[in-house]
Amino acid sequence: MKTEILQKLKSNPRLWELIEKREKFSWTMAIIMLIVYYAFILTIAFDPSLLGKPLSENMVTTVGIPVGIGVIVFAFILTGIYVNKANKEFDVITKELHDSVKDEL
Amino acid sequence: MKKWLLLFLGTLSLFAAPAAEVSGKRDLNISAIVMFLLFVALTLGITYWAAKRTRTAKDFYTAGGGITGFQNGLAMAGDYMSAASFLGISGLVYLKGYDGLIYSIGFLVGWPIVLFLIAEKLRNLGKYTFADVVSFRLKPGPTRTLAAFGSIATVLLYLIAQMVGSGKLIQVLFGLDYAFAVIIVGVLMILYVTFGGMLATTWVQIIKAVLLLAGATFIALAVMAHFGFSFESLFKEAVKTHPDGIKIMSPGGLVSDPISAISLGMALMFGLAGLPHILMRFFTVADAKEARKSVFYATGFIGYFYVLTFIIGFGAIVFVMKNPEYLDAAGKIIGGNNMAAIHLSHAVGGNFFLGFISAVAFATILAVVSGLTLAGASAISHDLYASVIKKGQVDEITEMRVSKIATLVIGILAILLGIAFEKQNIAFMVGLAFAIAASANFPVLFLSMYWKGLTTKGAFRGGLLGLLTAIVLVILGPTVWVSVLGNPEPIFPYKYPALFSVTVAFIGIWFFSKIDNSKEAQEEREKFEAQYIRAQTGIGAEGATSH
Repeated sequence: MKTEILQKLKSNPRLWELIEKREKFSWTMAIIMLIVYYAFILTIAFDPSLLGKPLSENMVTTVGIPVGIGVIVFAFILTGIYVNKANKEFDVITKELHDSVKDEL
Repeated sequence: MKKWLLLFLGTLSLFAAPAAEVSGKRDLNISAIVMFLLFVALTLGITYWAAKRTRTAKDFYTAGGGITGFQNGLAMAGDYMSAASFLGISGLVYLKGYDGLIYSIGFLVGWPIVLFLIAEKLRNLGKYTFADVVSFRLKPGPTRTLAAFGSIATVLLYLIAQMVGSGKLIQVLFGLDYAFAVIIVGVLMILYVTFGGMLATTWVQIIKAVLLLAGATFIALAVMAHFGFSFESLFKEAVKTHPDGIKIMSPGGLVSDPISAISLGMALMFGLAGLPHILMRFFTVADAKEARKSVFYATGFIGYFYVLTFIIGFGAIVFVMKNPEYLDAAGKIIGGNNMAAIHLSHAVGGNFFLGFISAVAFATILAVVSGLTLAGASAISHDLYASVIKKGQVDEITEMRVSKIATLVIGILAILLGIAFEKQNIAFMVGLAFAIAASANFPVLFLSMYWKGLTTKGAFRGGLLGLLTAIVLVILGPTVWVSVLGNPEPIFPYKYPALFSVTVAFIGIWFFSKIDNSKEAQEEREKFEAQYIRAQTGIGAEGATSH
């Protein structure tokens, strides 16, 4: 990247706004995913019987089934939330930044 | 080339015919082979089409960068939905019930992490391989060499596991000789990759992903329809049939202690973020936005696929476990647990559908090994040859030629190793591949994107330390020390070393970067800001070429 472009970008507060917003958001999402996954797998490591309980009396389906499928669905929903927010919010600022240096490129 | 392909097809069918007669007890092999030949004809046609469009190095490595997010999502999912995961996970569910689900969840959750932390920055910084990102501001000599060796090690281990698995699978499905099956796989993948590059490899992967998802959906729907779409009825019947009874509905012995649980999770999550053939796919799309969409679609397809394999595993318990048609004289399932899904496909869809699923399984192997081979060849031609040996002073035609030679060498090597390892215990190989990806490739890549203080020495020494720790701990652990080498007790007690080796890598990289006070190190730290801004905005990033 040319020095002039870099200087111009650095002096643009929108750049720092983008970085702060997106980093905060993506790290939050990553940590949520880690917590959910490790809560699931550590439950299994410490107390497997918790997930082995039947959903209700006379049923063979255990609590673990909806929880497990739930983790899969949850992972997909998280990626959907991220993509949606990035498309709507982050891409707008990114485009502004691209436009601001269009002439120098 | 066309003539050559026709000749090859002819030879293939020649061999296929007598083989089908030998073991064609139910005429099943003929329909499977016909469908497989149709797939081969179609994919070779695509390779021919792609070959005409693969002129530059960029075309070869990244399909010109013009793949859409949706297509790339399917291709990434295809890379991940290998025959091992389709047959292996449904086989694990068949054998252990709920534990199979735990396993597949671990494989899935890495994807969102890759999306949140890696995908867009990777696309904004790199060109063809993840080593481009690592060496963005670091010295290419040492860092690319390390990244290339990490890539090649990961690819080869993965490739051997796939080749051996495929040889055995094809032996059972088609009645072909093991060595001959391995050679077919090797020759076809060399053809796809050398002539069609990433464009052919991507489309082979997409077609296979669609076929596999369609086939698995049909089996799962057939199973669910039988039970009036009630999971409870399916589970009830499975519990009645399975010798472990109600135990299959709850977590068993897969994860027993917290250290193993954490370590396995780290291997799967960070390993994914260090798999060269997956990372390479991020460069086939136009920009960070498409890269992001790719992961969204990939996560959706893979998640859906794992739900299907879970249903298929339980379906197999009900329809296969007690059905004498699928059992040998000793009452064991013919071909082993991994054949559960295959037998189930026959139980719900008859001979024709069995042929279809067998052909899809074969196609799956081909597509996955092609992606692996391309990633390995790129590490050799782009990272080692063009960037390290020639220091970037090389024309595209030479680089392309080297990448094709590298493909040929890897392909032949894969065939030879596949044959050599036929009778070996290779269960540790995919685990080791993930451990190396997580402990060498991932820490260096991650810190190069996020940590200003990273220096060449730190990345090289720390990354190497992570690589060696992973290899040594796998060798001293239960999978190699006990299962392969036959010692009574493992020296290192845990099956998954990632918790330790990833930590060693991070500490090593941090330590060697911190004590590096050289002038170069200072310059590398100063270059971080420009790199970070490009990673965030994509300004200055590699664009797509139009055809």
